Amino acid sequence: MKILVTVKRVIDYNVKVRVKADQSDVDLANVKMAMNPFCEIAVEAAVRLKEAGIATEIVAVSVGPSACQEQIRTALALGADRGIQIDTAELPESLVVAKLLAAVVAAEQPDLVILGKQSIDADNNQTGQMLAALLDWPQATFASALALQEGCLEVTREIDGGLQTLSLALPAIVTTDLRLNEPRYASLPNIMKAKKKPLEVRTPAELGVVLKAHTRLLKVEAPAERQGGIKVGSVSELVEKLKSEAKVI
Amino acid sequence: MSDYVHPYRDTEFVLGELVELERFCAEAGLNDVNGELVSAILAEAGRLGSEVLAPLNAVGDTQGARLGERGVEETPGFAGAYGQFVESGWPSLTAAEAWGGQNLPNVVGTAVNEIWHSANMAFALCPMLTQGAIEALAHHGSAELQAAWLPKLVSGEWTGTMNLTEPDAGSDLAAIKARAVPNGDHYLISGQKIFITWGDHQMTDNVVHLVLARLPDAPAGVKGISLFVVPKFLLDAQGRPGARNDAQCVSLEHKLGIHGSPTCVMSFGEKEGAVGYLVGEPHKGLACMFTMMNHARQSVGLQGLSISERAYQQARQYARERLQGTRKDGSRFPIIEFPDVRRMLLQMKASIEAMRALALVAAAEVDRTAHAPDPAACARHQGRVDLLTPIVKGWLTELAQEVTSLGVQIHGGMGFIEETGAARHYRDARILTIYEGTTGIQALDLVGRKTLLNKGELLGDLLDEIGETVARLESAGPFAAQARALGEALAAGREARRLLLEGAEADAALAGSVSVNFLMLFGYLCGGWLMARSALRAQALLETGGDRAFLEAKLVTARFYCEQLLPRTQALLAAIRAGSGSIMALSDEQF
Repeated sequence: MKILVTVKRVIDYNVKVRVKADQSDVDLANVKMAMNPFCEIAVEAAVRLKEAGIATEIVAVSVGPSACQEQIRTALALGADRGIQIDTAELPESLVVAKLLAAVVAAEQPDLVILGKQSIDADNNQTGQMLAALLDWPQATFASALALQEGCLEVTREIDGGLQTLSLALPAIVTTDLRLNEPRYASLPNIMKAKKKPLEVRTPAELGVVLKAHTRLLKVEAPAERQGGIKVGSVSELVEKLKSEAKVI
Repeated sequence: MSDYVHPYRDTEFVLGELVELERFCAEAGLNDVNGELVSAILAEAGRLGSEVLAPLNAVGDTQGARLGERGVEETPGFAGAYGQFVESGWPSLTAAEAWGGQNLPNVVGTAVNEIWHSANMAFALCPMLTQGAIEALAHHGSAELQAAWLPKLVSGEWTGTMNLTEPDAGSDLAAIKARAVPNGDHYLISGQKIFITWGDHQMTDNVVHLVLARLPDAPAGVKGISLFVVPKFLLDAQGRPGARNDAQCVSLEHKLGIHGSPTCVMSFGEKEGAVGYLVGEPHKGLACMFTMMNHARQSVGLQGLSISERAYQQARQYARERLQGTRKDGSRFPIIEFPDVRRMLLQMKASIEAMRALALVAAAEVDRTAHAPDPAACARHQGRVDLLTPIVKGWLTELAQEVTSLGVQIHGGMGFIEETGAARHYRDARILTIYEGTTGIQALDLVGRKTLLNKGELLGDLLDEIGETVARLESAGPFAAQARALGEALAAGREARRLLLEGAEADAALAGSVSVNFLMLFGYLCGGWLMARSALRAQALLETGGDRAFLEAKLVTARFYCEQLLPRTQALLAAIRAGSGSIMALSDEQF
């Protein structure tokens, strides 16, 4: 089985996010970047399938400027076999990313695509679903467990009411939730070996995708500062305040 | 948010701009090593440090190692973390490929080790000593000993220790009494060793002790000491740990800090005698041990940097969050806005950046020695290593006392309360000026072997190189004040050297009387030199773009160093000038 796994370069979760003075975007200048944590889980899931002898090849794909090769190298250090960077000057919106990935899928013919369910920068939670629609493949989002059963992929999903288990015919799309696994740390020898693994750069033009924006970012604001809380004396007082002040019930 | 985050940007700046790592690697033929690889290595080490090792630091402090039925039981959680550390291959970073190492430059290993020591110094002492044991065996061990012990030490599956000190032989190793008696293909070792860091634990299935002892025919003094490998478990025919050797930890010390690091009293040969194997030649043990010690001394200097960085990050965070001022409109502001708190934070920051620069530049000299193109270059770089080692050990660890103390001070009353953790760094730092040779021993090494013995030649070369930086500062527009400050400190260094060289013969007590002030003067001077070079590079990078916030802060920090720390060289020179007079004037009874 061949697995395609996607990795996105995002602001490191340890960094305090700041908004640019003109509110045009988040300030990313000279900020520490890292692999999106949900993508780490996706890579880990792929590597475990390879270690279990189920997968034979893992291809890590990222979309963005050449700096995102760093995150591809991280995926290679974690166990992916080769990388593809789709070179774009900026980060395109979800639908464009999905189209680019669909073109890579057409070329690579993987049996399974594993993506993070969302990225911690934009929190859109769209790309996996859009890719499934474009390819017309079955999808299982928010996966918390994966197993291959007689040619079908059994995926446990975390949904509002509890857990749902789906059986998917391959090829399929899976997006990962937090509890699917705990990603490993890359080992030093593997970081060294990752340098020698192939990393191919493709352009959107080669893939036949036009970078078109369907949405426009109007303004970015920092969240309002948290106000101090109050202590209530009783449940009835709480209910009263929820009705009259918070107006949520 | 982790409570420790590796300041990768400053490390990359020092490696890129001061060490010029890429150029060095290209010239040395280390084609696989470049800035991109080093960044990836630092990033992953930083993650393991922040996420796995740093949270165990407080645990190690409050639940230190204990002596139990099986021997030493390390802090809960340490074994798991060590397992992850080994599985990730970190112990193998600088070791030779022949033993399973990654053969990366020493300076890269040093940059990575900063992370481990910042994250959890008590824990990181264990791999640090293993690294020392690897050095000693790789340089002095027979092929047979190397094959038996090195691969598992390099992989970290076994750990190493250094057994020098005895109850009556501390700084004075000539007094060592432990005995080694030939017994067929091995020796039987007996005696007691104290202050043995990580002398026992349950994290690995063997512990490899390197032990100094005397052979029956040994001459008296340091020329009669030999080095032996004495494992906790003897190896069976397949090279696996088998029979228990007669070497145990008989008690643990109760210490001011680094509680997570077991400090053992080791007893060898209480029963039949501990089996040991000779490393190198008989009676040449001290030379072998010095291989370990030179490495260990730079490593302890590095610990001074690491613990300072950890204390700084904590103090900075506290200063940003602690509201203790009221503006006219009634709103409260954090203490970081008070000038004196800023002064303390900047003093910490400037000290740390100078320490990091010196630690890495000195570590790179080890690589330049190893990869020197010709014997002359090799000798020159080795001379620089020899000269800088006592300064790195002495000055960085002394500065760490001040920096960690400032960390407590910034916390105010909360700094004196254990729960904040500020006091922990202060307590942990206190050992650094003592172990691996006290500051006094480092200073004697600097004035004696490293200065008087070569008539000040090594120091003269360094001073000339600093002079070149002064000239470059003078010709670069915005640095006139820094050129003057560094020039004055350089003049103080030259004068101190002259006073020592000219006065040492006539006054036998002079060198020992001025030695620590001498070491500190050269520490501040080296720090000033590297901060000035940093400022020159930062200015150049600013002109071509670059990370403004970081580079501008570097310029201010370098300026602060020149204004506030470099002038200390003048006070130190005045003390050196005073010589031995008052120091030797009192009789012992008058103290």
